[in-house]
Amino acid sequence: MLQGQRETRRSGVAAGGVRSGVSYANMAVLALALVYFLFPVYWLIISATKAYTQLFSTNGFLPGSKFSVFTNLNALFSFQHSVYLYWFGNTLLYAVVGGGLATLIATVAGYAFGKYDFRGKSVAFGIIIGGVLVPGTALVLPLYLLFDKLALLNSYWSIIIPSTISPFGMYLARIYASRGIPDEILEAARVDGAREATVFRRIGFPMMKPAIVTIFLFQFVATFNDYFLPLVMLNNTHLYPMALGLNSWSALTTLPGTPRDIYTIILMGALLSVLPLVVAVVLLQRYWSGGLGVGAVKG
Amino acid sequence: MRDGRKYAPYVLILPFAALFVGLRIIPIGYAIGESFFKTRGSGLGLGVPTTSFAGLSNFTEVLTKGYFWSGVERVLLYGIVQVPVKMALAMMLALILDSGLVRFRRIFRFFYFLPYAVPGVIAAILWGFLYYPSLSPVVGVVRHLPGLAGFTPLGSSSLLWSIANIATWAGAGFDMLIFIASLQTIPMELLEAARVDGASEWRIATRIKVRMIGPAVGLSAIFSVIGTLQLFTEPKILATLSTAVTSHYTPNLYAYSQALVAGRYHYAAAVSVSLALLTFVFSFAVLGFISKRGGLQ
Repeated sequence: MLQGQRETRRSGVAAGGVRSGVSYANMAVLALALVYFLFPVYWLIISATKAYTQLFSTNGFLPGSKFSVFTNLNALFSFQHSVYLYWFGNTLLYAVVGGGLATLIATVAGYAFGKYDFRGKSVAFGIIIGGVLVPGTALVLPLYLLFDKLALLNSYWSIIIPSTISPFGMYLARIYASRGIPDEILEAARVDGAREATVFRRIGFPMMKPAIVTIFLFQFVATFNDYFLPLVMLNNTHLYPMALGLNSWSALTTLPGTPRDIYTIILMGALLSVLPLVVAVVLLQRYWSGGLGVGAVKG
Repeated sequence: MRDGRKYAPYVLILPFAALFVGLRIIPIGYAIGESFFKTRGSGLGLGVPTTSFAGLSNFTEVLTKGYFWSGVERVLLYGIVQVPVKMALAMMLALILDSGLVRFRRIFRFFYFLPYAVPGVIAAILWGFLYYPSLSPVVGVVRHLPGLAGFTPLGSSSLLWSIANIATWAGAGFDMLIFIASLQTIPMELLEAARVDGASEWRIATRIKVRMIGPAVGLSAIFSVIGTLQLFTEPKILATLSTAVTSHYTPNLYAYSQALVAGRYHYAAAVSVSLALLTFVFSFAVLGFISKRGGLQ
């Protein structure tokens, strides 16, 4: 399926770099697609930095006459006793700790599937991949009951523990390990007398770095975005991640007695919530060409 | 040393396996088990409710009454349109970026992927505001177009497609990246040979490239189908802005509201299990379809 050989992989100009001229028709299509993907984000930035009095009255695509970033940030951070700061922190906590643990565990397991043969290997892998097909409700609702019995509901653990398993990450790790780590290198070390643990620690695991980064970023994004699990597990608003928190505010917009700048607060909260992920995506792009399943070719 | 090698894989897999059992096998088993029971309140509701074995009666109720099938119909209709549209968009962008006929590839790629970085809930809230007539910069403009005076993205006839748009917007970039990565593994010699034979870039793209990345298409299709059948977040978020979203709008929403709002946990478990089985069936169907079209090993 995937070649990954240095001679056949395309690079430089040959990899679809500009050859004969530029096709304006194709560029036009790309530009149109760009508008589609970007205009909501553009609108978000414009609207979140407007004064709330101008939100409904001025054109959505033009900045207002008052630059209100700091006013809006202040409103956001003070609303409901600064609960947003908890939400932001919680989201990072769940994504970093959950994502980090998930990455470690999945990478190590994927390496094992990729580099070793053992009894029951295919069956085990099949079951694990089958687990990916199960819908969220079939998992989250029973987890809710189980955690209730374990008295872990409505706690940091109720989010972090379920976030530590990543079958997809394990799948990626397996592919990377089997294609990207030559058996010869491992064999050479074994022949030289190295113990298996050393072979793994000194050679195998470090070679998994690109896969580790990719898997972590995917897990980080997945946990960061998770809505259903926190929705079911959490009651205490101080434990909410941003996704849950912002939606709870969104439900306020139709209720009387809500402050008039609620839309602006939500929009500014949404804008800030996107920033960590944008950073993650930028980092992901750098590793992308080498990471995802393309094998041993570097860069 | 021999022993170390023999035990190594088991040691490495142990944490993952333990978590998998605890977070996948046990919950699934629990859900299946729960779906065979019923809890009855006692008479006036003053005594302790009794839980008893109910056989397949929950499943019978799911499959013959209630809103399971109407929810399934809705997500299937949604999926038949949304998945091909999203993948076609991703494929088109991937092929154009791979064609060698355009500039600023990296920049375009980055911005097409950016929506994926917007949390699903945020994307739904954002688009919810963009659909909301008094707040949206777009709805007013569209309503001036001929024939579109009644444009109401949050109304019951358009809501499903408004949701489809959100999912496409958020997900096309991800598929595009998978396709691009796969396109880059196509050997140059193959493409050069075709060019030498006089094939145009268009023919190369549609005849050769698409077929050669069959596995990537298959992978994307399967994940898309799973995501489609499990639709939950977007309708739930838009429920605050649109009266068209019912508590049984999608099968997952139905299971959720039955479990946590109506308190009918066993029935909800049966709904979830039924949805899981349906998902398996459809995933294999999609897999089979893609294999036949050519490409999967």
